[in-house]
Amino acid sequence: MTMNNQGRPTSPESVVMSSIETVSGSRGLLQHEGLLFEIGTPDTTGVDLPAPKGTKIRLGGAVRKVPTGLPGLSEPQAVRHYMRLSQKNYAIDLGLFPLGSCTMKHNPRLNEKMARLAGFGDIHPLQPQATVQGALELIDELATWLKVLTNMPAVAMSPKAGAHGEFCGMMAIRQALIARGEGETRKRVLVPASAHGTNPATAVQCGFIVDEIKANKRGRVDMDDLKSKLEKTDDIAGIMLTNPNTCGLFETDIREIAELIHAAGGYFYCDGANFNAIVGRVRPGDLGIDAMHINLHKTFSTPHGGGGPGSGPTVLSEALAPYAPVPFVVKDEDGVFRLVEDIDGEASESFGRMVAFHGQMGMFVRALTYILSHGADGLKQASEDAVLNANYIQARLKKTMSPAFDGYCMHEALFSDAFTAEGIETIDIAKALIDEGYHPMTMYFPLVVHGAMLIEPTESESKAELDRFCDSLESIARRAAQGDETLKGAPYLAPMRRLDETRAARRPVLKWEPPAPETIAAE
Amino acid sequence: MTRYTQPTTFFTKDHEWVTVHNDLATVGITHYAENALGDIVFVELPDVGKEFAPGDDMAVVESVKAASDVYAPISGKVVEVNKTLTDKPETVNESPTEKGWFCVLEIKDGGEIAGLMDEAAYKAYCETL
Amino acid sequence: MRYLPLTADDRAEMLKTIGAKSVDDFYADVPEAVRLHGKIHGLPDHQGELAVERHLSKLAAKNRAASSGPFFVGAGAYKHHVPASVDMIIQRSEFLTTYTPYQPEIAQGTLQTLFEFQTQVAALTAMDVANASMYDGSTACAEAAVMAARATRRKKVILSGGLHPHYAAATKMMCEAQGLEVVQLPTAVDGELDLASAVDDATACVIGQSPNIFGTVTDLSPVAEAAHGKGALLVSVFTEAVSLGLVTPPGEMGADIAVGEGQSIGNGLNFGGPYVGLFACREKLVRQMPGRLCGETVDADGKRGFVLTLSTREQHIRRDKATSNICTNSGLCALAFTAHMTLLGGKGLEQLAVLNHEAACDLADALAAVPGVEILTPRFFNEFAFRTPMSAEAVLAMLDEAGIVGGVRASRLFPGDHLGDVILCAATECTTAEDIAAYAAALKEII
Repeated sequence: MTMNNQGRPTSPESVVMSSIETVSGSRGLLQHEGLLFEIGTPDTTGVDLPAPKGTKIRLGGAVRKVPTGLPGLSEPQAVRHYMRLSQKNYAIDLGLFPLGSCTMKHNPRLNEKMARLAGFGDIHPLQPQATVQGALELIDELATWLKVLTNMPAVAMSPKAGAHGEFCGMMAIRQALIARGEGETRKRVLVPASAHGTNPATAVQCGFIVDEIKANKRGRVDMDDLKSKLEKTDDIAGIMLTNPNTCGLFETDIREIAELIHAAGGYFYCDGANFNAIVGRVRPGDLGIDAMHINLHKTFSTPHGGGGPGSGPTVLSEALAPYAPVPFVVKDEDGVFRLVEDIDGEASESFGRMVAFHGQMGMFVRALTYILSHGADGLKQASEDAVLNANYIQARLKKTMSPAFDGYCMHEALFSDAFTAEGIETIDIAKALIDEGYHPMTMYFPLVVHGAMLIEPTESESKAELDRFCDSLESIARRAAQGDETLKGAPYLAPMRRLDETRAARRPVLKWEPPAPETIAAE
Repeated sequence: MTRYTQPTTFFTKDHEWVTVHNDLATVGITHYAENALGDIVFVELPDVGKEFAPGDDMAVVESVKAASDVYAPISGKVVEVNKTLTDKPETVNESPTEKGWFCVLEIKDGGEIAGLMDEAAYKAYCETL
Repeated sequence: MRYLPLTADDRAEMLKTIGAKSVDDFYADVPEAVRLHGKIHGLPDHQGELAVERHLSKLAAKNRAASSGPFFVGAGAYKHHVPASVDMIIQRSEFLTTYTPYQPEIAQGTLQTLFEFQTQVAALTAMDVANASMYDGSTACAEAAVMAARATRRKKVILSGGLHPHYAAATKMMCEAQGLEVVQLPTAVDGELDLASAVDDATACVIGQSPNIFGTVTDLSPVAEAAHGKGALLVSVFTEAVSLGLVTPPGEMGADIAVGEGQSIGNGLNFGGPYVGLFACREKLVRQMPGRLCGETVDADGKRGFVLTLSTREQHIRRDKATSNICTNSGLCALAFTAHMTLLGGKGLEQLAVLNHEAACDLADALAAVPGVEILTPRFFNEFAFRTPMSAEAVLAMLDEAGIVGGVRASRLFPGDHLGDVILCAATECTTAEDIAAYAAALKEII
C-alpha cells in the first residue's frame, strides 16, 4: 500500500480558550478597519482621469488656496474598506428589524433595478419637458395610486421625507388659514402626547403653537381633554394626529375628532407613518382628514439606506389642495404631461416651493414598482399580514412581558417595562436582543408608556422567523423579570460593546483630526 | 422686606436653588434635578447684562437624552456667569449647589423671595414627587 | 405573492394562537361605515417581475437619458461620471437596507462612513464641522437661513440676485413661516458682492452663491467682512460640489455656514432626487445646527467607535423646541458621496475640477465664435449663461431636434425677469470635444 505521510488532521481537537486576542484586531470574518484618513494617502487615487490640457484658468482669481488634503484609495482598497465596514451593520436583509413606527419591510431588488434604468436615473430635472414625458407620467401614475388608496383628491409629491411631508401639510393649513383671513389669529395646534417628535417640531417650524392633548387609559386620544381644549375655538388651527397611532392602535374616535376639529374651524393633519397597517382596509380620506404624508420607505418598501433618502408625498383634501406646493404634474387634454413650476396662473394660491426640482424621483420609481408588484390584492394582503404578525408577537409575549394596553393591536405591539425587576431597564432588554442576532425594538417611545418597547415586525417575516424572535425575546424577558444583572453588560457578541454617549456629547469629536506632530525628543 | 446680609438659600418647584446675599442672588439647579437629568453634557448660560422676569427661560441644561430649560427664579439682571460650565458641564453633576452654580443675578425685587421655598419646604416638596 | 412569506396554513395557525377568528377582528376599532370590504375598485391586481419590468421600461424609454447624446444642462444638477464601484458599494445590503443608526453597536458601518463623510465635507468646504447631510442643497440653504436667525436672534435674511431661484424660493417659504423677513436682491449675473452694501444691523445673514446660478464665481470675502461688521453671518452656497476642488471654498471666504448640493459627487441625476445636502459651519455654531451629527467615542471595552450625538438639538428630544424637524437625512447618498470622494482623493477631485473647467472654457470659446452669441458670465467654473439673438425656448427646441440638449432657458428659472433670450449651459468631464463641436455647429445653423 502507499502511505500519505503529509496528511492533515481531519477531525477537530477540543481545545478551550477563554478569550482570544488577535494581533490584527480582526475577529475572524469581522475585519478590523481604520478610518479612511488612517489608511489612505493624498497621492492615491481610485479614478483614472485624463490629464488636463493646461487651459488658462478663468476664475478671476477665486481659486482655492489650501488643498483639501483628503486621502484617496485605489479601487481594491476602497471596495475592501467599505465592504469591511458594511459587515458591522445590521440590515433587514440579515434579519428582523422590529423598530416600531419606524421599521422597514423587505426591499425588493426589482425596485433597485428599475430605478437604475437610464430613462429614470440619468435624466436631468431641468431637461425640456418633451424629453421627460415618461418621468412625468410615472409621477402621475404613482400620484394616482396614492390618491385612490387614500381616497384623497390631491397629492403633493415634492416633500423629501416624512417630516418634510408634515411640513408640507402644515404649510398648506397655514396658507388656507391665511386665505380665510385667519392666519394671525388661528395659531394653536393640538398634538397628542404620544406623537412623533417631528409633529410638534413641524408645527413650530410653521409658526404654530403646540397644545398637548392627553392619552386615555386605552392609549387613544382622551376625548374629554380634547373637548376641553376646544372650548375656545377661534384660535384653533388644527390637530396633528397619527393614525394608527404610535401605540399601535386605531384611533376609535377618529371621525368624531375630525368633526370636532372642523366644527372648531381647524384642519386635520394625519401623520401617515403607520399607513402600512391599513392600506386596502380603510381610506384616510373617509375619516375626514385634510392632509397626510406617506413615508414611501415604510409603506411602499423604498430602502432606508441607513438614514435616508426618504420621500414623503402628502395627500390633501379638497379644502387644502389649492395651496399645494409647486412644482406639480398636470396632464393636459392632449395627453401631454406638464410641470407647473411657478406660483402664478394655475398655482396662484400655492404656499410656495419646498425644494429644488420635483421630489425624490428615485424613490417614486421604487414605490411604483412595489405597488404594481403587489396590486390592489397584494397591498391589502400585506397590511393584513403585517397586522397579523404584530398580533402574533403580542399574543406570544403577553404572558412574559407587559402589554401596554388591552386588546388587539394593529401593525405594532407595545409593551411597558412593568415586568422587569428593579434595576433592569428597557435598554438592557434591547441590547440583549443584539446578542440574539436581532436589531432591538423601538425603545422609550411613545413617551406615554413607561420604558416603552414598541415592536413592529411588518409582513416580510415568516412564521418561523417570528417564532425564533419570540423565543429569544421571551427568554430575555424572563431574565429581566428575575433581575439578571448580566443583561446590563449586553451586548457581548456585537462588533462593539455599549458606547459612551455621554463622552461623545460632552467633548464632541465630529471629524477626524490628524494626530498632533510628535515633539522631537532632544538627543 | 427682609434683607439677607448672610447668604440664605431658597428653592423653586422647578428645582432651581437661589442663594440670596445682600443685592445678589446666585442661581443653580438642585441635586434632585441634576440626578434626574443624568450625565450633564452641555450648559447654555445667559449673556451677562441680560434681564429676566420670574419664570423666563434663563439657561439650558442638557444630558444625552434630555434638554431642560432653567427658569429665572426671581427677576434680575445677570452680573456674572459660571464659565467653568461651558468646558466642564459635568461640574453640575459633581457639585450642583457649589461649584456648579449657573449665574449671579442683581436682585430687582426682593419681595419675590417670599414666594420661594426654604430648604425644609423644598425637601418636603421633593418627597411628594 | 412573492414578497409575502406567510402561507394560508400559517395564517390560520397564528390566528388560533392569538384567539382571533379572522384578521377582521384586528380592524374592529375602525368605524363600520368606513371599513372597506373587498378590494379597492379600479386598481389592477398583483403582477410578476416580468410584467412590472415591462411597464416601467416602457415609461423609461419615453425619456431622453443624459448619456444618450450631447448634453449641456446644469443649473443645480450635473451630469458626472460615477465609478462602477460606488454603485456596488451603495447596493450592499448592509448599507442599503439598514435604518438610521440608533443602535451603534450594530451600526458602526453606517456611523463610521458618516464620520468620514463629515470629515470630507468639512475639508472640502474648509469649515470646522459638517453634519451627516440634509435632503438636498435647497433645503440645506433654507435651514441655514433659519439657523442664522436663531444664532443671531435677528429676523432679516438677505438673498443675493445670483442665488439659485429654487433655493431662494425654498428659503423664502421656510423663513416666512417662521416670521422672518426675506429681502431678495434683484436678479444679477454678477451681483454677489451687492450683499455687502445690503447688510444692516438687523440682518441675521446674507446668502450668496459661488459659482452662482449664472455660473459666476465670486470671492465673497468682502461680503463676509461687511456681514461680520454688522454682527450678521455669511451663508455661502454652492450647487456644484466639484467646484470645491478648484474654486475658493466657503471657509476661505470667511463664511459662517456653508451649504450646497452634493449630487455631483457619487450621485446620478435621478430627475432631481434623491440628492444630498451638504451643511457645514463654524465650531461655535455647532449646537445650532440642524440634522444628525455623528461623533467619536469609545465602547465599554475602551474601543473607538461612533455614535449619533448632540441629539438634544433634534426633534425626538426637543420636540417643539428643536432646531429643525428634520429626521431622515440622505444617508445612502452621503455614502455614495463619500465612496466617490474616497476614490478620487483630494488630488483626484482637483484634477476632476480642472477637467470640468477646461471643458466649460472650450464650450464657451466654441459658442462665443458663433455670430450673435454673447457670453454673459464674466468668470465661471463649469457653467455659464449666454444670450442668443432669438428666443431661448426656440433655440433649445431646435437643438433638441438635432439631438442636443443645449441647456436650460433662463426664463424657466426666472419667469418674470425678461431673460427670454438667455440660456444657461454646463460642461463636465463627460462633455467631449465632439459634443462641443456639434453644439456650436448646430447653434450656427439655428441663429
